[in-house]
Amino acid sequence: MSSEWTNAELIERYGIENPVMPYLRQDRLPHIWCPGCGIGTTVNCFTRALTESGLNLDEVAIVSGIGCSGRVAGYLNLDSFHTTHGRAIPFATGLKLANPKLKVVVYSGDGDLTAIGGNHFVHAARRNMDLMIVCVNNFTYGMTGGQVAPTTPIGPTQTTMPYGNFENPFNLPFLADACGAVYVARWTIYHVRQLAKAMKEGLEKKGFVFIEAMSPCPTLYSRRNRLGDGVDQVKYYKERSIIRNGADTKEVGLSYQGDIIVGKFVDRERPTWLESMNEHLGRVLGDKYTPYGV
Amino acid sequence: MHADPKGVLTGVHFIDGDHAACEGALAAGCRFVAGYPITPSTEVVERFAARIPEVGGLFIQMEDEIASSIAILGAAWAGKKVMTVTSGPGLSLMMEHIGYAAITETPCVFVDVQRGGPSTGLPTLPAQADMMQVRWGSHGDYMPIALSPNSPQECFDLMIKAFNLAEAYRVPVFFMMDEVVGHMTERVAIPPASEIEVVERRFTARKPGDYKVFGTNGSLVPEMTKAGDGHRIHVTGLTHDERGYPAMNPAAQDKLVRRLLDKVNASADTLVDVRMDGVEGADVVVVSFGITSRVATAAIEAARAQGVKVGHLRLIICWPFPSKLIAELAGRVKAFVVPEINMGQMVLEVERAVAGRTRVVSVPHPGGTVHEPAVITRAIVEAVR
Repeated sequence: MSSEWTNAELIERYGIENPVMPYLRQDRLPHIWCPGCGIGTTVNCFTRALTESGLNLDEVAIVSGIGCSGRVAGYLNLDSFHTTHGRAIPFATGLKLANPKLKVVVYSGDGDLTAIGGNHFVHAARRNMDLMIVCVNNFTYGMTGGQVAPTTPIGPTQTTMPYGNFENPFNLPFLADACGAVYVARWTIYHVRQLAKAMKEGLEKKGFVFIEAMSPCPTLYSRRNRLGDGVDQVKYYKERSIIRNGADTKEVGLSYQGDIIVGKFVDRERPTWLESMNEHLGRVLGDKYTPYGV
Repeated sequence: MHADPKGVLTGVHFIDGDHAACEGALAAGCRFVAGYPITPSTEVVERFAARIPEVGGLFIQMEDEIASSIAILGAAWAGKKVMTVTSGPGLSLMMEHIGYAAITETPCVFVDVQRGGPSTGLPTLPAQADMMQVRWGSHGDYMPIALSPNSPQECFDLMIKAFNLAEAYRVPVFFMMDEVVGHMTERVAIPPASEIEVVERRFTARKPGDYKVFGTNGSLVPEMTKAGDGHRIHVTGLTHDERGYPAMNPAAQDKLVRRLLDKVNASADTLVDVRMDGVEGADVVVVSFGITSRVATAAIEAARAQGVKVGHLRLIICWPFPSKLIAELAGRVKAFVVPEINMGQMVLEVERAVAGRTRVVSVPHPGGTVHEPAVITRAIVEAVR
């Protein structure tokens, strides 16, 4: 099984090279994700973004929390950190501030980043910490078996909402925008080119970047709610997505199987935490202060 | 290796334990602190925030103790010497990341300026009631190191040792102060940088491809690297193999967990750090640590004045516990007396080491102040009666 995944074998058998392979820890494949899951598609987009960014991959670090999306770090051939549940952002904050030359990407799921990690999310955005956050949003806790998430729309059944969810969900782009993110975008895994482009822009942007990637969980969320398989969800994304760049994030909340407003919503400039610190301390302390990390 | 002079405030100072602890960290090479305000520890980070811009490094006040305790671990993996500072309720919030530091073998120092508990307890008053929490608080098996200073001077001196041990063993090291030690002001002499020995991180010289992030090569402590050095490391809180890859099976668990314990326990003898006074020929030995050791000194003098042959064994390093030393003494003394500002924590370790061969008398105190020396004196006198 695993030998089919090696690049050498692909080249030998089919005469083609999988362009994603050099970015992966091939000795860790096959991965744990279910058939029809969208996390792998987002990783594919991310590797394209890395290629196009031209970044020195020795200086890119990836940090994940816990959960299905939390496993992304472990498959990428970068300096990669699989941290504790909800705490990818504060770990990444320490990593980035201790070596500002690193490009630090946080890659995790909706439950990890915005439920248990919600406090860190809002504060990192407020500080404009120079981190790119990729939030794979599948509206559920996949690894633990399909529990309600802070993103679950009103209506669908989850194991801990057995009669359907009645809790109001987060509108994540609005949350990130309100807290001060300098770049906010949402795409689905149907929009692979747009998602890859957003990730490339995110890698090039300084400051708190938030990219929401809607992704199906066919094993739990879709099956439990009779939404079909992964392909059926991608069809839904295709049919009901409306591209609205620059949309007011207040207006982009998601409803159960309703319209999906996608696009780049926010792209603005704001000094990062480190820039603010250096600027401020330089002004207050004068010659006594050597700018940090520059 | 000598300390970097930039962080060393050489001279004689009149400062409290919290401030001295901060100076110790700076002298040891700590250049990244993440913290969250909590009485009675806050002065440590306040001083660090004021001092670090000119030393060259960073302080960030995080949104909570959970964030602080993992931000430092991220910074350690980017190459910094790191510390966070807290007290009881904050320490309770940090527990998961103490386990993460243990399993990822991240060098770090946790300062705990102990106050009365449980819960919010006595924010401004002392206790020594977190001793078992730092030994056992995070789930699973691991072995931390804990030191216990009893004066501002020791807050400086032992802090350097704490950082050195964190680097040598790649474990979370706990600096177990208490409200009294933290807030008492005394003379603190800071030597020149050239007289301060610091242990630098053992970074690997191996080339990418030839380095396993948790490869031990026969030793018990792996060489470290940092993000950005081209090794493309993977670090996880899951049970992992030498490459850092998740390996969730009993064999990998056996190998990893045993090594996490062995790397400290195998050095238990070299890690013994106690101060002994009059232990030879004593009928009673008082085992104490932290602020209680100063109260015990007065109590012991009073007991000696009454003719009791009493020795004093003060624990500088509390974890690992010097079991062998206590066991040896158990054959020679009539009793151990263990005063501590908790309802009987380290006394359990003394009892374990003594294993019933002699009397062990607990002198507990629920916290809020220190013992009355007379209470300890009485326990000493009654122990030999």
